Amino acid sequence: MSGSETTHPDRRDFLFIASGAFGAVATGAMAIPLIDQMNASRDTLAVAQIRVDVSQIPDGQQVTVEWRGKPVFIRHRSARDIEEAREVDWERLRDPQPDEARINPEHPELLVMVGVCTHLGCVPLADQGDYNGWFCPCHGSHYDTAGRIRKGPAPENLAVPEWVFVDGSDDAVIEIG
Amino acid sequence: MAHESTYQPQAGIEKWMDDRLPVMRLVHDSFVDFPTPKNLNYWYTFGGILTFCLVAQIATGITLAMHYVANDTMAFASVEHIMRDVNFGWLIRYSHAVGASMFFLAVYLHMFRGMYYGSYKAPREVLWILGCIIFLLMMATGFMGYVLPWGQMSFWGATVITSLFGAIPIIGDPIQQWMLGGFAVGNPALNRFFSLHYLLPFVIFGMVVLHVWALHVPGNNNPTGIDAKGPQDTVPFHPYYTVKDAFGLVIFMLIFAGFVFFAPNALGHPDNYIPANNLVTPAHIVPEWYLLPFYAILRSITFDFGIPFTDIIFIKAKFLGVIAMFASIGVLFVLPWLDTSKVRSMRYRPIMRFFFLIIFLPACVGLGWVGAETPAKVLYQQGEFTYYADYFEGEELTTLTYDTAEERDHAVESLVAVGTEVEIRDGTPFQFQMVHLGLILTIVYFAYFIIIMPLVGIIETPRPMPASIAESVLPRSSASAAAAE
Amino acid sequence: MMTRFTIALLASLIALPAFAAGDAEHPQAPPQGWSFDGVFGRYDPQTLQRGYLVYEQVCSSCHGLEYVTYRNLAEPGGPGFTMDQARAIAAEHLVPAGPDQDGNTTDENGLPLTRDGIPADAIPSPYANDLAARAANGGALPPDLSLMTKARLNGPSYIYSLLTGYEPDPHGEEQVGLYYNSYFTNHWIAMAPPLSDGLVEFPDGTEGTVENQAFAVTNFLMWASEPHLEKRKRMGFQVMLFLLILSVLLYMGYRRVWADQH
Repeated sequence: MSGSETTHPDRRDFLFIASGAFGAVATGAMAIPLIDQMNASRDTLAVAQIRVDVSQIPDGQQVTVEWRGKPVFIRHRSARDIEEAREVDWERLRDPQPDEARINPEHPELLVMVGVCTHLGCVPLADQGDYNGWFCPCHGSHYDTAGRIRKGPAPENLAVPEWVFVDGSDDAVIEIG
Repeated sequence: MAHESTYQPQAGIEKWMDDRLPVMRLVHDSFVDFPTPKNLNYWYTFGGILTFCLVAQIATGITLAMHYVANDTMAFASVEHIMRDVNFGWLIRYSHAVGASMFFLAVYLHMFRGMYYGSYKAPREVLWILGCIIFLLMMATGFMGYVLPWGQMSFWGATVITSLFGAIPIIGDPIQQWMLGGFAVGNPALNRFFSLHYLLPFVIFGMVVLHVWALHVPGNNNPTGIDAKGPQDTVPFHPYYTVKDAFGLVIFMLIFAGFVFFAPNALGHPDNYIPANNLVTPAHIVPEWYLLPFYAILRSITFDFGIPFTDIIFIKAKFLGVIAMFASIGVLFVLPWLDTSKVRSMRYRPIMRFFFLIIFLPACVGLGWVGAETPAKVLYQQGEFTYYADYFEGEELTTLTYDTAEERDHAVESLVAVGTEVEIRDGTPFQFQMVHLGLILTIVYFAYFIIIMPLVGIIETPRPMPASIAESVLPRSSASAAAAE
Repeated sequence: MMTRFTIALLASLIALPAFAAGDAEHPQAPPQGWSFDGVFGRYDPQTLQRGYLVYEQVCSSCHGLEYVTYRNLAEPGGPGFTMDQARAIAAEHLVPAGPDQDGNTTDENGLPLTRDGIPADAIPSPYANDLAARAANGGALPPDLSLMTKARLNGPSYIYSLLTGYEPDPHGEEQVGLYYNSYFTNHWIAMAPPLSDGLVEFPDGTEGTVENQAFAVTNFLMWASEPHLEKRKRMGFQVMLFLLILSVLLYMGYRRVWADQH
């Protein structure tokens, strides 16, 4: 080799920069799968949305279902529960939120909440506490019939997950998540 | 080729660090400025390739372990979970499985290169022995890794290999039970294999550090086998060999990727996609391809070792096979002392080169073939099976001859029915079976090391050698230039 | 000089899968070949849907697909059902259920509790366990089919050949509960010929011959074993191309670096 070829210092630089760039891309590309494998796998994501038949819950009762590894309370509120929830001057609450913002207005009886206390993550007990709603036994947080924090250390209302009525289910089945 | 350090710390932080932990100096002296013979060919790129293999196996292995479940009821399903649901799980698992094969492919080429160019000879004996230890650890790691998917071949491979230890006289059974944590391969064995499969790669990594250290004391051997005598014989490792190694590595990765993406199961066995079943043995148990030559040696020993023509047996065939198998690896450890030649490279050793390339390498490949086949497979047969029935018709001995045992037995029945006394015997043709080829190749394998290597080293007259590495490089270029004209 | 042992090694690698497969006939690929073979191999969603129909109407009465879920039917690189279709298919099937509110695991007849399937459910075996499966099949176990095309040498062609390979025993022999099939090891298989002309009617107008049914279901089973095949081959092509360019760059760099030494 050699002889006939003339030396272009630029080309040598270009070659090194290009090879280096390709090598960096290759290393990065190899890292992606190794990092992404720690994200939720497809079977986990497949149960990230669950469907629940809510038409059979008796008036004034609640069911607890598991969703994304946490309990979700689905409560069929009585007329009195709803009344109590709406009598409150919500703007003066710690986490101000009207009852209407926490439910589907067409079905005010249906309250869906993540059953995890916003204080330190315990599961509140139903039909207990000073406001006939939920009471967290760990540190004494009281929630009302709309799941709003009224007393105790918890900073926020019980979280309401995204949920919708499933099309064509005649408002019997909801999809959470 | 230990050399004066040429590291010049630049920035303040480098100086500060250099006074406390001179790690940058170590890297610079080992992988940047390290004087390396200028005549290394592509067979010398496998060191870098093997480093890549080890790192890739550890990286993919750690990520697989995040999803794998080492439990006999869940292991198989957890692997399928990785293959189907984990993000890029199929890619990571196929890379790990193919990676094991590529690792062994590279390590075999690396070892053959070392043998061809005499890289095990003084002053590199410790370097070579460390390499043998790494190879042994790789085999253990590979074997235990193959058990983890808990398919049929995993289970029965583990059963066969662990039962080898049962062949050891007296203490064999207790040792086997201790290894398995029970009477057969099961959950305890799977758990400990997983534990060790996770541990051993880091032991290998430590050995690799020592291996590289041992390499950097005398420096690289080279295709001429002549020591570098000065700067005219060497080039700095970087950029000359970093770029060459990188090119070799990418070519290797092309082959690697070809398997991973287009034939990921070609090197595996279909039976391992059947969940382990301790009640049903597959028709044909074979280890992974890289263990086949050793498996062949193990199975080729079918005779007891004792005093001929007596019943005195010192070592039973099964244990003798185990000894032979371990000896076939053990002999590598003493290779530096079996080679009596003063010349390193086979480039200048015509007789040894003939034995290596024409006898030894084909024997290794042949052993691999024997290991993959059924031992009783007939390679050559002279004559046919014949079945005889002898009986006396009055005083006269009559012999009937048949092609099949059924026909003969049928005839015998009718003879016996009328009260004739019949004796039967079978004529067996000469058969050359796979197991016989295995025995011959096993003898060749050992003879190469124990007889040929010491003997040839003494009687062989080496070819004239160039005075230096530099000289060996120059004439070849000018010769090829002349040939081109 | 030393290339010859590379060749020998590679040759021995390639020769490896040549294991003795009993005295069974060598499996034959169908005349139209497999669309998933080769570097650019892909599945044909229409064929996979037909294949699912065959599995559903024929195979599923004895064989489960424990590693395949209903949601998989709607995932990219598969049969291309919509999520709603997959959900509807799942809902048509009963899957094992957990204990009810009273802690019962069986109904009043003593049968295990079941519920309607959801997309996240695996396609269940029709039998409660292997022993039940054996008891119902004269001692033979109908294997799970999730990995069948990878668990046999030349899997797809083997399954296609087996499904189309039933014939009367050439020696006129008959065995109780066993059927002659020239592609099966030792020829006698416990599975009765599962397919017959017109057994499955395809809504897309494909003729319901045994060959077409076998072809479709084999494609489906190949997808069931290797659901990420399309993604794998597509990614593989990109990776190979990338590495080829990188190797050219590095080779040129190598020649440059070494120019002053040669």
